[in-house]
Amino acid sequence: MTLADGLGDITRIPGVRGALVVSRDDGLVVADALMEGVDGHAVAALAASLAARMRGVTTVLGQPEPVLLLLGGTEGMLLLAPGPSGLLLVAVAGSEVNVAELRLGVLAAAGTTF
Amino acid sequence: MIPETIQALTAQLARDPASLVFLPLAEALRRRGQLDSALTVATAGAARYPEMAGAWDLIARIQSDRGEGDRAFDAWTTVLRLDSDHIGAHKGLGFLCYRAGDHLRSLRYLQRAAELAPDDAALRSTLARVREIAGARPVPGYTEPAADPLRAMDSEPDQALLVDLQGRLLAGDIRGAAGESVGDAVAAALTGVTREAERTARLLGLGPWRRISLEGGPAHFELRTPTIDSVLLLTRGRQVPAGRLAMLADRAAAAARRWLEELR
Repeated sequence: MTLADGLGDITRIPGVRGALVVSRDDGLVVADALMEGVDGHAVAALAASLAARMRGVTTVLGQPEPVLLLLGGTEGMLLLAPGPSGLLLVAVAGSEVNVAELRLGVLAAAGTTF
Repeated sequence: MIPETIQALTAQLARDPASLVFLPLAEALRRRGQLDSALTVATAGAARYPEMAGAWDLIARIQSDRGEGDRAFDAWTTVLRLDSDHIGAHKGLGFLCYRAGDHLRSLRYLQRAAELAPDDAALRSTLARVREIAGARPVPGYTEPAADPLRAMDSEPDQALLVDLQGRLLAGDIRGAAGESVGDAVAAALTGVTREAERTARLLGLGPWRRISLEGGPAHFELRTPTIDSVLLLTRGRQVPAGRLAMLADRAAAAARRWLEELR
């Protein structure tokens, strides 16, 4: 499966505004599939930064890095799935999205893409 | 409430049907005994705001006043589906069960209401009376637990933290993988997370952030914002389903919110 296939599978889920593969060390976009108006560079930078902060917490707890992180707001959500090769799979969605479907989609894409 | 006020509220609602003024209007009508009108207003409001627990609570109280116990029961059950810690619904259901002669069930609802409102003397007294009638006696040696802000986490201690936005511990503790207390270190690390979450949610148009869920490893984690200046972290082993953990976190956040409000 190519990166584009993996991202395409996620963006086909209703309510998803975009999906990206991001370099987690520098927060740069590696590949993306975004709806118009979604700033991929901002998403990538913010997602990488949030993932780094959360890694700080799990390190203090002596836990391995999480396989999935969900940031939920009143109007939407951000899902991150860290990959083994310094990459992050990221999805942005509105609050109307089916969270369970998106969760499975992101995990599946992370598993096959990375 | 004087009729002029009801007229003013009615006029206000007519001008703006989406207004929340239906709540005080229906309440005023209920108190004046105009139960049919109160129910019409409250039902229309609940149709417009179906997720508002307060609207369903109002409907339940009106229906209870009308002697429609079954309908009131359904409405209060709806309230608890929307807000599992709604004191009015627990009290109302306790009253309905008592009226129906189901004293043990009444006791359960009233007990929960008393946990949620530990300073409500009238409720404590009602609870004691229902206990007596139900023939419930405490097990010898059992002592009533003190009101606990993080009661939802009591079953497994050292798995929840409440911290302020400066990274200071407010309540709870958490253990690291080796079993050592890491509460203070996690509290400090959470400061950065909350700032980052707030910034990310704002810049990406996600609205105010409400939760962070972490899955993976031997444990799952949930973060909540009980108030605008506090963060709650709850963890459980990965054998606890994600949905259940999210519910536990919601309950713990609600308990923490009440505790913080009492402190202020």
